Amino acid sequence: MLGFSLSRFLAVLVKEFIQMRRDRVTFAMMIGVPIMQLMIFGYAINADPRHLPTYVEVQEQSPMARAIVHAMRASSYFDFKGEVRGPEAGDRLLRDGRASFVLVIPQNFQRDLLRGQSPQLLLAADASDPAAAGGATNAIARIAEQAVASVLRGPLSSTAPQLTAKPAAFEVVVHRQFNPEGLTALNVVPGLLGVILSMTMVLITSVAIVREAERGTMEALIATPVRPAEVMLGKIIPYVLVGYVQTGVFLIASRALFQVPFLGSPLAFFLGFNLYIVVNLALGFLISTFAKSQMQAMQVSFFLLLPTILLSGFMFPFAAMPAWAQTIGTAIPATHFLRLVRKVMLKGAGLGDISGDLAAICVIMLVIVVVALRRYRQTLD
Amino acid sequence: MSAAPNPSQSPSPGPDHGADWAISVTGLTKVFQGRRVVDDFDMQVPRGSIYGFIGPNGSGKTTTIRMMCGLLTPDGGEGACLGFDIQRQQAQIKSRVGYMTQRFSLYEDLTIRENLDFFARMYGVPQRHQRVREALDELGLTGRAGQLAGTLSGGWKQRLALAACLIHDPQLLLLDEPTAGVDPKARRDFWAEIRVLARRGVTVLVSTHYMDEAVQCDYIAYIAYGRKLIAGRSADIPHMIGLTTWRVTGGDLSALEADLAQQPAAEQVARFGAVLHVSGRDGPALEALAAARQGHNGQRWSLKETELEESFIYLMASGTDNFQPSGAV
Repeated sequence: MLGFSLSRFLAVLVKEFIQMRRDRVTFAMMIGVPIMQLMIFGYAINADPRHLPTYVEVQEQSPMARAIVHAMRASSYFDFKGEVRGPEAGDRLLRDGRASFVLVIPQNFQRDLLRGQSPQLLLAADASDPAAAGGATNAIARIAEQAVASVLRGPLSSTAPQLTAKPAAFEVVVHRQFNPEGLTALNVVPGLLGVILSMTMVLITSVAIVREAERGTMEALIATPVRPAEVMLGKIIPYVLVGYVQTGVFLIASRALFQVPFLGSPLAFFLGFNLYIVVNLALGFLISTFAKSQMQAMQVSFFLLLPTILLSGFMFPFAAMPAWAQTIGTAIPATHFLRLVRKVMLKGAGLGDISGDLAAICVIMLVIVVVALRRYRQTLD
Repeated sequence: MSAAPNPSQSPSPGPDHGADWAISVTGLTKVFQGRRVVDDFDMQVPRGSIYGFIGPNGSGKTTTIRMMCGLLTPDGGEGACLGFDIQRQQAQIKSRVGYMTQRFSLYEDLTIRENLDFFARMYGVPQRHQRVREALDELGLTGRAGQLAGTLSGGWKQRLALAACLIHDPQLLLLDEPTAGVDPKARRDFWAEIRVLARRGVTVLVSTHYMDEAVQCDYIAYIAYGRKLIAGRSADIPHMIGLTTWRVTGGDLSALEADLAQQPAAEQVARFGAVLHVSGRDGPALEALAAARQGHNGQRWSLKETELEESFIYLMASGTDNFQPSGAV
């Protein structure tokens, strides 16, 4: 009798489905909200971020190369993280999101420049977030130009006097990876899945549970021998299925309306969104243990929605945020889910590439579930 | 039932919460925000009895009932419900007790059948479908089984709630002001059903502030400001309070009522149609008052046996609203 009862769990499950079906407004919201947000955010959002993590691959040691690296350090667009050797290292950093840019200063850059042969600087950019890539790619040409000019005027003024007069002749080649056309929608739309799921899942679960307390049905419910885990699972699983429907609607809409590609592993995506749905439902459950009324549950859910939108890297590039905001952002499940979805959809990531994000969500979920189950009372105290 | 021990006697040291009692608690205490809502509460409810639990609003009745069925954890005291410890064996208690809340607490957005089915599942009732069908038949709601519970009238909601908490054949029924907001006819029907259950051996603890319900109980406990002030067999309650009652007929009773309001000896004046019942604990003083007024305005005073009605009114009048900071504790 003290163990988990399948019959009681099923009882709660069946009841929740019936109530969900009867509550037309909420049901309409579950489908309507994602579509509406998709329209608003998908078409409306843009930003101009700075302080993006940048690595440099320096293939020659020259005053010119040092001057360019130095100028990049000084610029607010780039946050110089270090140097890499070889093209694979740079690609890997871009794919797993640790670098937004990798600047390659090729061998013989200074020599070719001095000879007037227009050498190329290669800037590989993670353009999956075009807002992040856009401003910086424009800036790089200007920054490099100034760096080169100052070197020519200074230490090298005697070697190539003819060059000080006119602008240095070199080219910046920007290689936009993952989103070559720089479409904002390609970045925002995958991120939107995280926001939509978070918003509806947290809100709906917390309200559905608090409703029991508010209508007085909780008293009759816990007067039965029901166990907390039975209530929690029975209440959460119907909404997991709602999350599936939302994800399905989302995938179809993102392909049909915004031509967002899906390049990565479906399995990785499947694992990720399931985990993410569950963590949000658990969060809703946790809120319900604090909230005294449906109105309160709603307010708390909306309150939590703000950091989810602003600090998760959905609206502004995560790397461009100040350290305190990144710390808060790291504790938000959406932050990790957003990275995961963008990697899988835009960068073609597989299970291995997203294992860190999955692990982070698991840790957050564990904390939430433990706190929620401890707070959920079998009594009315 | 007659063999049951007298519940009013205070428990001896080292109380035996044994099998004779459906409920046996001692020293039960609950503190909410520094306020002792239930304070050192003792109660023994014999098996198979109808036990009335009366007291003003906010006196701690609901809190006490919730502690007995495991919905609240007591801050002090101990006891047993159906032989199970109320602190540690809440799951066993819950599966054997039917608890009907003060407020309608079934799902208004489920149908009548779905509600019964839900609770049958929660209690793991064997042959569930058949049991639900029976319950619907007994309720006389088979034809409306598909109707949403929220659309039922107050009386029907209450009957449905009763059916739901009887679905697992509990040995003990806890009813928290079950007939609040229900019309008199439905209330009589409800009580007829309670008596049938009691005859089958179900113990019923019912809280109420209606006199006509209190008089139906075998035992009564009166609680005010979280403390039990009196408890015993219904028939013994009037003696325990020690009221003397005079019956007055004839003349202008309204004028007399106003007049008696000035007399401290006439602690309680209750009107029953063309009769006035004047009660007080100071018998000689009241007798003197009666002798002085005898024949006045053609009114006849006669001594009568104090019954549960007068006692009940006396008790209920002694504490009106216990939500106020109390002076009585």
